[in-house]
Amino acid sequence: MSKLLKGVARIARKGWAVAAARYAMILAIALVAYAIVLLLAGKDPIKACVDTFSFTLGTRYGFSEVIVRMVPLLLTAVAVAIPSRLGLINVGGEGQLYMGAWLATWGAITFTGLPQAIFVPLLIVLGFLGGGVWAAIAGFFRARGLVNETITTLLMNYIAPLIVGLSVYGAWRSREPGSSAFPQSVAFPDAARLPRFFDTRVHLGIILALVVLFVFWFVMERTKWGLKMRAVGGNPEAARRLGIRVGFYIVVVMFIAGGIAGLAGMAEVSALHGRLRAGFSPGYGFIGFLISWLSGGSPLGILMMSFVLAIVFSGGSLLQITQGVPFAAINVLMALILFVVLIKPRLPRRKLS
Amino acid sequence: MSSSHDMRTATQQFDTESPAPLVSLRGITKRFPNVIANDSVDLDLFPGEVHALLGENGAGKSTLMKILYGFYSADSGTIAVDGEEAHIGSPLDARKLRIGMVFQTFTLIPAMTVAENITLYLPDLPAVLDNRRIAEQIDEFGKQYHLDVDPRLPVRDIAIGDQQKVEVLKLLVGRARVLIFDEATRVLAPHEIEGLFRIFERLKEDGYAIVFITHKLREVLACADRITVMKRGRIAGTLIRSEATEEGLVALMFGDAMPREIRQTAGERKTDGAPLLELRNVTTRAEGEGTRLDDISLEIRPGEIVGVAGVSGNGQRELGDIILGLIACARGRRLLQGVDATSWIAGRIRASGVGFVPEDPLGMGVVPWMTVAQNAALGSVETYARHGGLSLDWNHVQRDIGTSFEELSFEALNPWVQVRTLSGGQLQRAVLARELGRRPKLLVASYPTRELDVRSAMAARRVLATLRDSGGGVLLVSEDLDELFSLSDRLIVLHQGRIVGTFLPHEIDRHKIGHLMTGSGGTNE
Repeated sequence: MSKLLKGVARIARKGWAVAAARYAMILAIALVAYAIVLLLAGKDPIKACVDTFSFTLGTRYGFSEVIVRMVPLLLTAVAVAIPSRLGLINVGGEGQLYMGAWLATWGAITFTGLPQAIFVPLLIVLGFLGGGVWAAIAGFFRARGLVNETITTLLMNYIAPLIVGLSVYGAWRSREPGSSAFPQSVAFPDAARLPRFFDTRVHLGIILALVVLFVFWFVMERTKWGLKMRAVGGNPEAARRLGIRVGFYIVVVMFIAGGIAGLAGMAEVSALHGRLRAGFSPGYGFIGFLISWLSGGSPLGILMMSFVLAIVFSGGSLLQITQGVPFAAINVLMALILFVVLIKPRLPRRKLS
Repeated sequence: MSSSHDMRTATQQFDTESPAPLVSLRGITKRFPNVIANDSVDLDLFPGEVHALLGENGAGKSTLMKILYGFYSADSGTIAVDGEEAHIGSPLDARKLRIGMVFQTFTLIPAMTVAENITLYLPDLPAVLDNRRIAEQIDEFGKQYHLDVDPRLPVRDIAIGDQQKVEVLKLLVGRARVLIFDEATRVLAPHEIEGLFRIFERLKEDGYAIVFITHKLREVLACADRITVMKRGRIAGTLIRSEATEEGLVALMFGDAMPREIRQTAGERKTDGAPLLELRNVTTRAEGEGTRLDDISLEIRPGEIVGVAGVSGNGQRELGDIILGLIACARGRRLLQGVDATSWIAGRIRASGVGFVPEDPLGMGVVPWMTVAQNAALGSVETYARHGGLSLDWNHVQRDIGTSFEELSFEALNPWVQVRTLSGGQLQRAVLARELGRRPKLLVASYPTRELDVRSAMAARRVLATLRDSGGGVLLVSEDLDELFSLSDRLIVLHQGRIVGTFLPHEIDRHKIGHLMTGSGGTNE
């Protein structure tokens, strides 16, 4: 018996095993709670679970949809993870995503004559700028010591969708016959659509997201800028004394993070919808925050968690159709996961003492 | 240089015929990971004595007393109070047994009044407070033991020395008989320390037992009746005051490993050349709780250590920060090596050859979760950056750490451990090695030996002297007057953000400085 315990303890000392066990626990607890919610709603949780997995992992279409869902989740998660390395809490991924989509839409419906080879890079730049400037505002106020970035980014989440709404109800509103009842922009020209692959909805965004994820890891772990940023996060007082321009890094990092969330918005409207719609995001920015927290900001963790939550998301859409489970049930599940995650910070501490 | 002191020494010898001990510790053992803090320690505390616990940092003095106060629990051993075995599981238990402790950093709440702070400490408060009764008690104890502070003043408005008195009052009103002082003189000016010792005298006349934890020999010899020397968790010896000599105590503290202290070698170095630093009539804005610097003019020349004396919180931190470029001059100018650097940002000032040793190395000098090597690289990122910053040359970092430690003759450190796992001495050596490794022209050293054991402190002082001897300039902020006198070529005294005096060390004695520090009389002339 004691031998077994020692063995468990030895494995537990390895960081990855602890991490893996933690993720498994979080998911298990959340799923059990979700099953209870489904039961209360009079649905069969086992069947829901089987349906979800056989659809998402068992069919080509289902799997491609999971990949499509991963794009905004990955990008908005990185948009939270980067500032968190500096000790900043960016809860504004949703608003930054909207602003990225907004500015990209402006470009798409303004420069209609461009060829795709120019249009796509332009949209990437515009999407990045839209989200980036939006987040940099919060970064600026924080760097000046005026307002905490958590509050500004959170509140700006409410403004961004309104700006999008203003545009799609107003100047950019589509006047095509049949669509006038629905608030949306005019359609993007074909050249302003991100290329898709394999005859599915999988698009360039996934490559963009993976590149962003890799660059995030590389810059943080290998470069001098990463070292400085981690120093700001680890001890801003010491960083200041070592001559690191803390305020400058705060603004720049918020800009980059917002830009990355903006890319997610740009990819959604350009690759999937082909036009800007009011309320096009089902809260990707918030799920991105959840993913970043779940994974402790580690790139590999973000990749895995995005995959898992993309399955959950796709499953939600499926269950809505097959079993009549309202999509809101997915929000309940997300909330449950977040709730369980909040227990997380204690675990690594215990290992230290 | 004046090394004499005229502090009152305790003349009353401890009466060996006295009654049974108030507190007896027997076989106290306490292990922390990797270290035995207390190794079967026996100690008796008698009523009516001042018992000094002397030893280097890490000798186990504080741990032992924190066990008595219920802050830690011992792994083994017994505590008897009034001859009866006592179980002390928490500070609350200790207080019920009338044992009280004053910690290194005071535990008062600045925004609350003296009376409120004292009330807060009392056990078993009724739901509705009897403020008048408490005020009477404060008054009574205050008169009896010369602990005169106005109970209605908020603590943030009273002097550090008076805050110390509040800490003592707290224990007395709480009916403690055993009073433990953990490095309580750290923040006090010389005459405040004497005041504290006079309070000790009166308290012990009334049968209180006082434990005085310190590593300063001067203070021990000035106030203690019995002296217990601790070394590496064990009792190295207990002496009564009449038996104790400075040499004897040093021998007990260190064995024969006592390192030699640096002495001034005045007059041999040249301190001419353009000043490394010049502050001309610098005034800053008040920021938050900080002190506003007021019309500071200061020069530091090559080959010069300028010592800054002052009670902490009188602008020392701001003075360092203004040199390092962390706060802006509202008025006045900052020149570095003759060049106007008033508008330079911190990074540029650092790059121009200014280094710093912060007062709190873990909080202000390093990133605790990073390794020694990463912290070293942070000190001069551009030096180690390769491919335009896309990678860092960690071999180079490691080599430089090695060289730097060797040059300073420090014991080598594993560069791949996180700095938060280092001891205070190791951490300070790592910071010194990083900063000196950059070959700074000017070093701002704030309390560079605070919290260090005697040997590490000496090593740090030697490093500063070496830098000076090789033509560097040092601003040395310290609360240890011995250190300031032995190292400084020039001394300035800060009080409420102003320089209230500039002296050569042999021109002034510690009392005069003490009065200047506290703004209680004494002038520059």
